[in-house]
Amino acid sequence: VAETATPNSVADVKARLEEVGYLAGESAALVSYLAQQLGKPILVEGPAGVGKTELAKALSRATGRRLVRLQCYEGLDEAKALYEWNYRKQLLRIQAESTEGADGGWEQARGDIFSEEFLLTRPLMDAITSEEPVVLLIDEIDKTDQEFEAMLLEVLSDFQISIPELGVIEARTRPVVALTSNNSRELTEALKRRCLYLWLDYPDVDRELEIVRLHTPELDEDLARRLVEVIHMVRSLDLKKPPSIAESIDWARTLLLIGAEDIDRETFESSMNIIVKHRSDIDLVAERVAVKLEGGSPAETPGS
Amino acid sequence: MAAPEATGAPKGTAAQLLRFFEELRSEGVAIGTSEILDSFSALDEVAWTDPRDFREALAATVAKSQEDRRVFDLLFDRHFFRAAEAEALDRTLQEERFGGGENLDLDELRRSVMDAISDGSDGEMRDLARLAIAAFGQRGERSGVIGVDVQRIRRSLGLQAGGRGEPSDDEPLTLDRESLKQFEGHLRRELERAMIERSGKLPPARPLAELDRALPTSPAQDLAAVHRAVTQLKRRIATLGHEQRGRQRSPIVDVRRTMRASLETGGVPLRLKHRPRRPRRPEIYVLCDVSTSVSSASVFFLSVLHALHDSFRKLRSFVFIERISEVTEVFEHERDFRRISERISSEGGVADVSGYTDYGRVWLEFLGEIADELGPRSTVIVLGDARTNGREPHADVFGHVAERAGRTFWLNPEPRLYWNYGDSVMAAYEPYCDGAFECWTTKHLENFVNVVAGGLPAPA
Repeated sequence: VAETATPNSVADVKARLEEVGYLAGESAALVSYLAQQLGKPILVEGPAGVGKTELAKALSRATGRRLVRLQCYEGLDEAKALYEWNYRKQLLRIQAESTEGADGGWEQARGDIFSEEFLLTRPLMDAITSEEPVVLLIDEIDKTDQEFEAMLLEVLSDFQISIPELGVIEARTRPVVALTSNNSRELTEALKRRCLYLWLDYPDVDRELEIVRLHTPELDEDLARRLVEVIHMVRSLDLKKPPSIAESIDWARTLLLIGAEDIDRETFESSMNIIVKHRSDIDLVAERVAVKLEGGSPAETPGS
Repeated sequence: MAAPEATGAPKGTAAQLLRFFEELRSEGVAIGTSEILDSFSALDEVAWTDPRDFREALAATVAKSQEDRRVFDLLFDRHFFRAAEAEALDRTLQEERFGGGENLDLDELRRSVMDAISDGSDGEMRDLARLAIAAFGQRGERSGVIGVDVQRIRRSLGLQAGGRGEPSDDEPLTLDRESLKQFEGHLRRELERAMIERSGKLPPARPLAELDRALPTSPAQDLAAVHRAVTQLKRRIATLGHEQRGRQRSPIVDVRRTMRASLETGGVPLRLKHRPRRPRRPEIYVLCDVSTSVSSASVFFLSVLHALHDSFRKLRSFVFIERISEVTEVFEHERDFRRISERISSEGGVADVSGYTDYGRVWLEFLGEIADELGPRSTVIVLGDARTNGREPHADVFGHVAERAGRTFWLNPEPRLYWNYGDSVMAAYEPYCDGAFECWTTKHLENFVNVVAGGLPAPA
């Protein structure tokens, strides 16, 4: 794949992302470029399923860097995110020492058991200590609590981790960091201040069409356009879970599989559970969208 | 410089940017020094000459939420437009105004405007906006107020956003709302520019109208804004319980989880695990004043609550003017905001004769019909301006209602400043409430929903 050289322009970033199958919008490409140039983390917000996580993955592919991923969840703590002492190994070590009889004293044992050998590295530590530059993805940061955010600050602004027993571990290479958030709570000012902000939204029809075409090039272009239009129609309803871009692609693949030639009502109703996944949403979509699809394309039916 | 605010201020781009940041700060966007430094180093990396890159680079470093971004966009256009105009005045540059507007065929102009709008071509739209202004000025219908002129020009060109406009005789009018807005923006800017040139000075800078950020006052006004607000709130509320669990742990130790965690440390329970705290799911009774003085705010509020009804155990809504009527069902079957308000006004049957709110009678009816069901778990929320139109407020009856319910909140769509002024009797009701809030921006609303769901403590 591409070499790890830093890109030299926004257009360059965009082209590289496209090469690895991610069609970035203008602002996404620009912010990714700035992040690499300035060495600042990107905070990506937006509704579910617009490709926030995918952006980080694409960045890792485009730059040829390894992706280190930290999936956040409620109750995630330092032990799971930064590092942890390997208790069992430490216990064994102490036991081994005492059975050997070679009593080196507590001082020595302590020096031994609190060394890097007994450290279990977790994603953040992994990203910091990696020899090769990496892309660090901190996914769904809004799921964690505020204390965790505060802990991240040291990593994100100085790229270092302080371990009381060992001292400060500094990054050998500077990782590209992407944080994603579904905006389910307001992140702290301190965290935001250290990041570049990128808001991703659902793409417009033309761009989504490009995305779908990129992933299912075999699909007929008219059908693909039709599909994207229907998806947009569905999204405009007030659904519990609007269909994501990934689901549009899944749907396109499904249509290919069942060999559909047009999206009529029947095809739609039989395959709509790919894009709509809530009981009440299904009812609503069936009522509002499926009806419009009856006989002929919605573009031609006058004044709905 | 001719601009009054710029006397003695340093010139140059850096100073210009700093003034822009200052303006953003005054609109409530929190910009720290570190962010300003970031934005300058970001601008080193992109081409200054590309307006889109310039803008995006600034936004990425300075506007750190969707709301901030909205303010940023509003201000960005205005600030740099004004900056360019001030510079032009300074150097006494005059632009050749478009002539030839006099012998323009209005129909032809209209067609090319439509084409430009649907093509989305920026330069084209700008030129046409000037032509339209010239043609319009020729007909001598200028009012001199920019906002009015924009709408008049739009109307005389017969431009309408797609959707509800009936298809006209010859061509189907399917302009989408966004691009039409863009054209209106061009019109506005060109009118403003012409005015600046005529008068030779910049109009004074005004802060963004508070209205730009307030709750939409009429349902048709800006559905997109309503929608944005609702979806955001919905997400926040849906995860509300989760966020708090980390911070306030329940005092009860979960023995099973503690034991399991202790295996890691050889059976020594080093870390206590607590039971998660269950989010409070209250029963909610909402009473909404839908008389003309408050109706759109309250319907908006009701639909937000209903969008959230998963978060509550039980939710019943009532609307009232002179009498009270239950509308829970309307919300269960309708999701479209506009249709809800239509149905409420057609089926509510809440106005008797005068159409003026009668709070006293409403409490009596509510107490008679519903009060038996109220219990310590239930929360009563009243949304109204407490303007009794001079009728008996029956505050004691309201007191009975509040006594039976676990909690009672009052939301007033008027700013606190206006309470108890005129026929508002807020002071009579307030002592019975667990909290009285002003509620005229989405922020107020969000804060309130947080309080109801047990998130934040109610402010004093």
